[in-house]
Amino acid sequence: MPLILSDEARMVRETALDFFRERSPITALRKLRDDNDPIGFSRDLWRQMADLGWTGFLVAEDDGGSAFGMTGLAQVMEASGRTLTASPLMSTALLGASLLSQGGTEAQKAEYLPPLLAGEHIFALALEEGARHAPSQIATTAEPDGAGYRLTGQKTFVLDGHIADTLIVAARTETGITLFLVPGAVAIRTRLIMLDSRNAARIQFDNVRLGPDAVLGRPNQGAALLDVILDRARAGLAAEMLGSANEAFDRTVQYLKDRKQFGVAIGSFQALKHRAAQMFCEVEITRSAVLAAVSALDSNANDAAALVSLAKGKANETLYLCGNEGVQMHGGIGMTDEHEIGFFMKRSRVAQATFGDTKFCRDRYATLMGF
Amino acid sequence: MPRFRAETRAWLEANCPPAMRTRMPEIEQVAGGKKAQWVRPEQKQWLDIMAAKGWTAPTWPKKYGGGGLSNDEALILEEEMQDLGCRPPLQGMGLSMLGPVLLEYGTEEQRQTHLPPIIKGEIRWCQGYSEPEAGSDLASLRTRAVLQGEHFLVNGHKIWTSNAHRSDWIFCLVRTDPAAKKHEGISFLLIDMADPGVRPRPIRLISGASVFCETFIENVQVPAGNLVGPLNKGWTIAKRLLEHERKGIGGIANRRAAKFEIPVEAVAKQFAGEQDGKIADPILRERVAAYSMDAHAFQLTRRRAAEEAEAGAPPGPLSAMFKLQGTELNKRRYEMLLEAEGFQGLGWEGEGFTEDELRFTREWLRSKANSIEGGTSEVQLNIIAKRVLNLPD
Repeated sequence: MPLILSDEARMVRETALDFFRERSPITALRKLRDDNDPIGFSRDLWRQMADLGWTGFLVAEDDGGSAFGMTGLAQVMEASGRTLTASPLMSTALLGASLLSQGGTEAQKAEYLPPLLAGEHIFALALEEGARHAPSQIATTAEPDGAGYRLTGQKTFVLDGHIADTLIVAARTETGITLFLVPGAVAIRTRLIMLDSRNAARIQFDNVRLGPDAVLGRPNQGAALLDVILDRARAGLAAEMLGSANEAFDRTVQYLKDRKQFGVAIGSFQALKHRAAQMFCEVEITRSAVLAAVSALDSNANDAAALVSLAKGKANETLYLCGNEGVQMHGGIGMTDEHEIGFFMKRSRVAQATFGDTKFCRDRYATLMGF
Repeated sequence: MPRFRAETRAWLEANCPPAMRTRMPEIEQVAGGKKAQWVRPEQKQWLDIMAAKGWTAPTWPKKYGGGGLSNDEALILEEEMQDLGCRPPLQGMGLSMLGPVLLEYGTEEQRQTHLPPIIKGEIRWCQGYSEPEAGSDLASLRTRAVLQGEHFLVNGHKIWTSNAHRSDWIFCLVRTDPAAKKHEGISFLLIDMADPGVRPRPIRLISGASVFCETFIENVQVPAGNLVGPLNKGWTIAKRLLEHERKGIGGIANRRAAKFEIPVEAVAKQFAGEQDGKIADPILRERVAAYSMDAHAFQLTRRRAAEEAEAGAPPGPLSAMFKLQGTELNKRRYEMLLEAEGFQGLGWEGEGFTEDELRFTREWLRSKANSIEGGTSEVQLNIIAKRVLNLPD
């Protein structure tokens, strides 16, 4: 289980860093926000990302992907975190592609994967119902209805749910959880305007009729599939958060060198130096945890789930730290909307809550480690 | 490599006495030297077996009696020893600090003289760095060495000289040019403590132990040949040695033979109770989890640095944080242990407390020195800010 990148992964990383820096700096997110953009990301940018093959990293070669794996996708997500880029990387390239690849029938894969890979079809996982991440607490039901089902319930915090062509909905069925492929248009969707200017929706299903072919994976067995895929999501998000934390940290250190008070750079003050050094340690320690998690997922290691909980838990803490310290060390300018450092702090809170806050990660880590 | 691993394991299984495959109480640590005290004969036996193979200093060249192993092989040896629960046959500052420095800066004669007795555990070394007025500001040290013909005449006062009263030789930082800037008038000198002018006096610490000494040096004549490196260029060597020292202190959590260590999680279950396999107190459980996760992520970072080094990357900025993070985590580990134990973590001695409970209390106190010795945590933060982040002075 290597903790250093292969040459291929390093190349992906370099490409992704250049790509986001050039084509989607934070000004792009600001513009989407200020324009009240109805989509909330750039479809054109997403097609370019698909052209680079990033939608196919978690798709088998036989299905048109490259099966490059989580280590590769994590490089892209980390780079996108540096620029806080809004894109369907999580909803579609990670969650959609994984769930279809691992749960889909040949017919479903044939129907959905080609447009997904091309960047033409957006997916969203409709999972959460309560105030925080709780993958097992699902009240949405799918009642048997003839050969098919009737879906009723309310989902919230569905990433890219407002615009998804297809929703993947977790619902309670006879003896367990079943996942369904549901056209986005049949649901009642309310876009949630989030703190971080990224995309989410509340979605209501009111007796939505579904055919038997809407089932993704085995009926009543959805929880097991979700468990596996959510770990990918947590690891991928941890990588993205690492990128955001590293960028907030880099910008803050640069500011400490540039900003002068009392006739000297404020970075010469020990009160700030020590806190900057602490941040450096946290960023590097988080990087190790993220690398271990994606590497363990790619090799199906026994401790993958524990390492993922570790990575997401550390990423939560580290982005929180770098966001808060970033604003504090920038002083007054950090409080302005004009300056970009505040975007990192806003993003930290939303990303922390997504797929498991720190408390969730600690509880899961402890359980998996036997205490 | 698999063959080396198999052979190493077989050899260890055949040669390591069973008594040396048990948890090692602190008083049974072997540091060798003329004043060595043996609690049991197997300690000496194990030392001699390993020294004969050069495996007390696995990576040192064979011509000095070392093992001549590559770094990869040495890592395998360490892993197999950990796995089998073999005690380290010999520890100490000769092996961990002075040896590497002599290999880098010493003359051939100095290496021939000093390395073999270190490897065999015949000579024990201690470190003459800190002084009463030179702690974190180490370079302000005032112990004076004046070159008089074939000898240096040395006078001064060192402090925190670990185990000086049990050591045979001391490597010292001395001031050889009082007129130069403070970093430029320091030399690195090897002093035989058999000279009656060298007088160590143990200091009783908060843990009750007395491993640290004050060492007085009065009119001691040291042969000029005991100077390591050029005159007045000792600071470079001093810093290099500190890197070795910090590596050792920062690795404190790593070196612990995991096989015999009682995990914090188990102690928490023992004292707070267990419910469905979980620590029954949810608040303590979350705090233990937070600690365990930080410790785990730190171990992964050490491994990442090792992999980067193996892949040929130059020693990166990662190593700068190991002393800081390793010692702070070790302190946190003992805080968690005490917190979990409640009243049972508060005993000093006597009946009413188990051996482990008393040990944890003493080790908790000892752990407080981790973030002071070898450069305080604050000094480490300064180093990261300066060397890694390039923040201005």
